[in-house]
Amino acid sequence: MNLRKALAAPSTLVILLLLCLGVTVLAISGGEYQMSPWQVVRVLFGGGEGIENMVIWQWRMPRALAALVFGAALALSGSVFQSLTRNPLGSPDIIGFSTGAYTGALVALTVVGGGYVATSAGALIGGLLTAFLVYLLAWRNGTAGFRLILVGIGISSVLASFNHFMVLRAELDVAMAAAVWGAGTLNGLSWATVIPPMVLVVLCALALLAGSSRLQMLQLGDDLCRALGMRVERTKLLFVVLAVFLVAAVTSVAGPIAFVALVAPQIARRVMGSSRLQLLPTALVGALLLAGSDLLAQRLFAPVQLPVGVVTVCFGGVYLIYLLNRRTAKV
Amino acid sequence: MRAPAPRGVSTGRKLILLLVLAAVLLALVLLSLAIGSRQLPLGDVVTALTDPAPTVERSIVVESRLPRALLAVLAGLGLGVAGVLAQSLTRNPLAEPGILGVNAGASLAIVISVGFLGVQGFNGYVVFAFLGALLTTAVVYLVGMPRPGSSDPVRLVLSGVAIGAVLTGVGTALSLIKPQAFDQLRAWTIGSLQGRDSSIVLTLAGCLLVGLVLAASSARSLDSLALGEDSARSLGTNIGRTRVLVLLAITILAGASTAAVGAIGFIGLMAPHAARRLAGAHTGWIIAFTALIAPMLLLCADMLGRVLLPGELQAGVVAAFLGAPLLIMIARGKKAVAL
Repeated sequence: MNLRKALAAPSTLVILLLLCLGVTVLAISGGEYQMSPWQVVRVLFGGGEGIENMVIWQWRMPRALAALVFGAALALSGSVFQSLTRNPLGSPDIIGFSTGAYTGALVALTVVGGGYVATSAGALIGGLLTAFLVYLLAWRNGTAGFRLILVGIGISSVLASFNHFMVLRAELDVAMAAAVWGAGTLNGLSWATVIPPMVLVVLCALALLAGSSRLQMLQLGDDLCRALGMRVERTKLLFVVLAVFLVAAVTSVAGPIAFVALVAPQIARRVMGSSRLQLLPTALVGALLLAGSDLLAQRLFAPVQLPVGVVTVCFGGVYLIYLLNRRTAKV
Repeated sequence: MRAPAPRGVSTGRKLILLLVLAAVLLALVLLSLAIGSRQLPLGDVVTALTDPAPTVERSIVVESRLPRALLAVLAGLGLGVAGVLAQSLTRNPLAEPGILGVNAGASLAIVISVGFLGVQGFNGYVVFAFLGALLTTAVVYLVGMPRPGSSDPVRLVLSGVAIGAVLTGVGTALSLIKPQAFDQLRAWTIGSLQGRDSSIVLTLAGCLLVGLVLAASSARSLDSLALGEDSARSLGTNIGRTRVLVLLAITILAGASTAAVGAIGFIGLMAPHAARRLAGAHTGWIIAFTALIAPMLLLCADMLGRVLLPGELQAGVVAAFLGAPLLIMIARGKKAVAL
């Protein structure tokens, strides 16, 4: 019995990892140029020919890899925010990043006229400015989680209604293009666009893993941490900055992909059957969630490509409902 | 909890405060009758209201501005009280009427009715929006209601978030396929009081009455629930019944208001936080204060929206710009009242 318990967590991790790989292989195999999963595996191990190499390594790999890495990034970021605010509704959205990024992108799309660089830059600037503003306004001898949440809601709702206003004023086709971006999409990614954010994600994730014991400690409450000798506000700020960088890297290229950050930590917690903060399973669940969603987004209504954000909300939502209804689920 | 002695004093003070707020609300209603593309002096407004002679002023005031002002008051009230109930029931300060899936359900219903059933215009899809909201909350309730023995209100919140997300996702996907539905949806989402049929006011009033009775009857039980489930049970509160009644109230109040004016969820989030500062910890008082503060917010938003821009700025946009600084001030204040 003890052995089974001891093996349960690692084996769940392995299963999650295998599922991620499986989904990725499936995602790479389909599309205009159809290949069998077996062919894909052969190509991945270096046995491909001209066109197959081209299709897999140049066309499909960036997107598939981005789905995994971005999903993990969003999940980690959500996990940090839920720990810091000690609220299951905590997510990068509470600090206004996604809404601010959408505002930036909308301005870029409607005023500057769009284009990949302008939209990314707009999203990045909008998101970071908003996050900075929220943190600044929530500061008063420290940032209590409750105050951060309220200020975040305040700023986000102003920006959200401004966004609605911009969408309403824009021409219908511009507005719909903006809505696709605003839902979050991995369409049309190439190596050049995904490598910089991936590097940033990996660096932030490593820093986060290195500091996970402190994050765990912060859940005990500010006072206790202070008593234990931690510089609470500085540590918190560091975590917020890491989490914002994680979500910023993703959002600047893929738009505000909804729900992964919110739901992945919750799913991971239930899959692992423990309420402890666990970054690795959370990252894997996030990766699986986004990769699986992107697979569906590409194939479900092919040739129409849905924005992946539309699928992540459905996927994540349905799974959460299932978990809530499992008889044994302790919520 | 307050000590008994000062409570008597503060009850009197609260009553006076309520009366003052009611007077301000009335003044705001009168003001909103005077303001518009054709400004009227307040004296003319009063004459138009009292004198049945058919003048141009009377037709402007009674036929077009009065229904709109009433709609603002009613919808504000519905959203605000629904917000109080949602926050007390889930014991989560992030809760707003939309958290139980009302907005998501209504918007999906609009997309379906406009995109696939060929319904046109606001007055066509308002019924669908209401039905969508009702149906969604029912499902959220069925999925998320705490099982006997488990008590966490988090379950309900998560179920609302989950189902709301699924419906929003489906709605967005469908609206991206059907441009005309997208067009209608973006106008509804923003929240506005423009061009509503005056018959909606009566329907809304009827719905709100039912919702308010339910809310008032469960205020006391919510107070004892706030002490924790065991204390509530020992105080004689029927927990299951309270939850069902409160959920029903939220659904009716928020569903009807949202269908009528669009997704102005922010008022339902913001007004209870302001009311809690004035009213203290008792749900009944918080409801009473919210019932005055929330309509003021929506009414001011609508008025400002009419005068700020030559065209018209939607009430939903103005409400957010008005309410957010207030919310931030409250959050930064010394005693932001946690739940």
